[in-house]
Amino acid sequence: MNMENIKDFLLHDFFVTGEPMIYMADVAIILVSLAIVFVLTYFKKWKWLWKEWLTTVDHKKIGIMYIIAALAMLFRGGADGLLMRAQLALPNLHFLNAQHYNEIFTTHGTIMIFFMAMPFLFGLINVAMPLQIGARDVAFPYLNAISFWLFFFGALLFNLSFVIGGSPDAGWTSYTPLAEKGLDPGVGENYYLIGLQLSGIGTLASGINFIVTILKMRAPGMTLMKMPMFTWASLITSVIIVFAFPVLTVALAMLTIDRLFGAHFFTADSGGMPMMWANLFWIWGHPEVYIVILPAFGIFSEVISTFAGKKLFGYKAMVWSMIVICVLSFFVWVHHFFAMGAGPAVNSFFGVSTMLIAIPTGVKIFNWLLTLYKAKIRFTTANLWALAFIPNFVIGGITGVMLAVVPADFQYHNSYFLIAHFHYVLIAGTVFAVFAGLHYWWPKMFGHMLNERLGKWAFWIFVIGFNVCFLPMHFVGLMGMTRRLYTYPADLGWTPWNFIETIGAFAMGVAFIIMVYNIYWSARYGERDTTGDPWNGRTLEWAVSSPAPEYNFATIPEVKSLDAFWEMKKNGEVEKWRKQPLEPIHMPDNSYRPFVISVLFFIAGFGFVFEWLWLGVIGLIGVFLCLALRSFEKDEGHHIPVEEIERTERAAGRL
Amino acid sequence: MVKKALKSLMLFGLSIFALTGCDVPVLQPQGPVAEKQFHMIIWSSILMLFVLLTVFTLFGFVVFKYRANRANDDDYEPDLEGNTKLEILWTTIPIIIILLLAIPTVITIHDSMKNPSPDKKPITIEVTSAEWKWLFRYPEQGIETVNVVHIPADRPVHFVLTSAGAMNSFWVPSLGGQMYTMPDMKTELWLEADKPGRYDGRAANFNGENFAHMTFTVVAQKQADFDKWADKVKAEAPALTMKEYKKLLKPGLVGKKVYSSYPAELEHASDMDMPGMKGGEASEHGKH
Repeated sequence: MNMENIKDFLLHDFFVTGEPMIYMADVAIILVSLAIVFVLTYFKKWKWLWKEWLTTVDHKKIGIMYIIAALAMLFRGGADGLLMRAQLALPNLHFLNAQHYNEIFTTHGTIMIFFMAMPFLFGLINVAMPLQIGARDVAFPYLNAISFWLFFFGALLFNLSFVIGGSPDAGWTSYTPLAEKGLDPGVGENYYLIGLQLSGIGTLASGINFIVTILKMRAPGMTLMKMPMFTWASLITSVIIVFAFPVLTVALAMLTIDRLFGAHFFTADSGGMPMMWANLFWIWGHPEVYIVILPAFGIFSEVISTFAGKKLFGYKAMVWSMIVICVLSFFVWVHHFFAMGAGPAVNSFFGVSTMLIAIPTGVKIFNWLLTLYKAKIRFTTANLWALAFIPNFVIGGITGVMLAVVPADFQYHNSYFLIAHFHYVLIAGTVFAVFAGLHYWWPKMFGHMLNERLGKWAFWIFVIGFNVCFLPMHFVGLMGMTRRLYTYPADLGWTPWNFIETIGAFAMGVAFIIMVYNIYWSARYGERDTTGDPWNGRTLEWAVSSPAPEYNFATIPEVKSLDAFWEMKKNGEVEKWRKQPLEPIHMPDNSYRPFVISVLFFIAGFGFVFEWLWLGVIGLIGVFLCLALRSFEKDEGHHIPVEEIERTERAAGRL
Repeated sequence: MVKKALKSLMLFGLSIFALTGCDVPVLQPQGPVAEKQFHMIIWSSILMLFVLLTVFTLFGFVVFKYRANRANDDDYEPDLEGNTKLEILWTTIPIIIILLLAIPTVITIHDSMKNPSPDKKPITIEVTSAEWKWLFRYPEQGIETVNVVHIPADRPVHFVLTSAGAMNSFWVPSLGGQMYTMPDMKTELWLEADKPGRYDGRAANFNGENFAHMTFTVVAQKQADFDKWADKVKAEAPALTMKEYKKLLKPGLVGKKVYSSYPAELEHASDMDMPGMKGGEASEHGKH
């Protein structure tokens, strides 16, 4: 290869060129990277970063890293959304061209589901679940770090497509044969496949980790039916992950083999079956919906019950309804493509099974309402998000049932009616939940509260903006506007609705900025939480100081009933528990390897994206080397001596 | 009773849109297929509106009444934890609602796979989606059109759909719901226009760069006018050669086109498997 060829490759295939917005992004990326390097060097923080964060196996720190990454991805995905809304504000705009728009809706959907919703929830599960069950870490802390770093580098790889090589552009569903090489040459789609593959492996490992943690590491006396609802939700979610994610792994691998090695699993010719992709994708994809909604239900249960000052109404029904949802979630996937010509029996089955999900979900809604009945409702920011969930999510729920009416679905499918539906369930469900959880558990993570005034401003602007943006989408959908249109003509009557939607979208953007400012403001001036129990909480995470010490519990509490901490407080047992004799605590050691193995996966992934098999193979050899080293390693952890525990507890004012 | 309520509600809904001067094809059905789907939309909306109002009312009531700063909180019951009778009640009512919805749904699903007007003789039109245009073949007339499809009004049309590239979805909201087009597979869709008119059709499933411009027009005409039009095309339009056909299939945008014939070797091009047909119940309605 001579110089001319290399230059040609770099300018045409490697770096994305010719778009002013991308050049701006290039500059921003370089400046931000330099700023980070400068700050870390100037404040001599490199060692701190490595020792405290990059090599940590502490579930709380891993949780915090998940949440920071998810917030960054919410920013990226949100910016994508705003660009789309700007383009659609008026008919025939040329703000974005078709190709650019197609890339942006693809990355918007993929990032929001894989790199925002799931990691945000995983972050909250990591922070709160081990504390709720009275454990000192997850069952496999080392694996937990691998899960996080695989997600992180998967997300990084996916985002790299923006400036190097070009973004995927076949939609987040990546339907074949459009996503096959014949109709979609270039590396964009490879980024999608490999990026999701990496983070998907991490997700699967997390699922196993959470199941074992919850089943094996609960405090003495905490039977399954005495677990907090969020822990139940995490358990059921993890079960869904373990059954659903392997399907995605296999489907992604098959499409990768099609694209990289010329196989024909999903091609239109040579005996490929394009529709099989749709089946495999949604066999994973529908359970995925419940992977991001059940933890949200868990968060709402905790927050509503805490700020109602009441026991959760119908605990058993709440648990059983989640189990029923979990089972049903595997029997509804065809409702994503009723219009692909399945016979009446198939469509009837999947239509009715979809409607059935409304029953356990309805049971949950009524139980939340009855939890509020005869309560003392405190309108904190966390609780506002949880309360707003109920009416907004119900709108998404009823349109969900309407979409299950197969003949009507033929008219809603792929239209903005569908877009409105799933944004109502995913935003009012998952996004409201992670915001509620963020405000609720913030003091437990950082030792100070988020500002309530700023929090409420962000809440109201977001919720109003959300409805202004997505409610009109129902109508434009019925007017015949389909999703993924980069522009539309002026004469169809869609214009005013689209314009209103754009205003709502930007209001949500404003609310996000207020929320980020709130994080900054509260870190500097926010009220410190010295009690460890700022909300008069009910579950065990509020029994320890804020932020939780490395070992979580100086001594493990004995659980006698549901809402263990609430009962301890009621029966005056807190002091007695705190005065129990201390013993050295066994904790896992930090390890550099989860980070390194994920970097190697990233290198291999980058090689496969550009189909440089030599680089892929080098990366994978590194991965296997790490695995081999690990298998010969004696990792027995360390003990925190009693004096150190005493010192920590005294500093928190507990001894 | 129900029918009367349905009708008044429909009129109400329509008048809202009429007032705003909007054209809402899904709610203004122009044929029996769209109309049946419209009835299901209205029926499910009524049931769901009931659910919505119930939840909103209960929600507003509890949130307002049981706020922490109320004057008198003697009714606070922190240990209230369940009520079997209530649990049974709010499990049973949704089950009834779902039954009220599921039964007509299943019946309509079976209907929508059949000729909407069995007493009228259907016409078959073969539809092929390509990168970014729609091809229509009329086997009975021996002609072909691009991005415009003429149909006789008041007569059921049996569309047989396939794709020459990525997947797509064939949607004419005024006449009825959509159906996917898939390469190497054949799907079918019954539509019928009550009266002559022009109806917008659109690609509903994303298939790459110029997806947004992939629209077509359905021209419904009286049978005599349709026949006249077909005869005129047969007599005056150019023939579709194999070379021209291959050019059409290449990615790109083209305008509306009509052809007096299509190559003989394409005669049975769409005789391929239907999805899920192997031993499935789909084959029962697949034969015609």
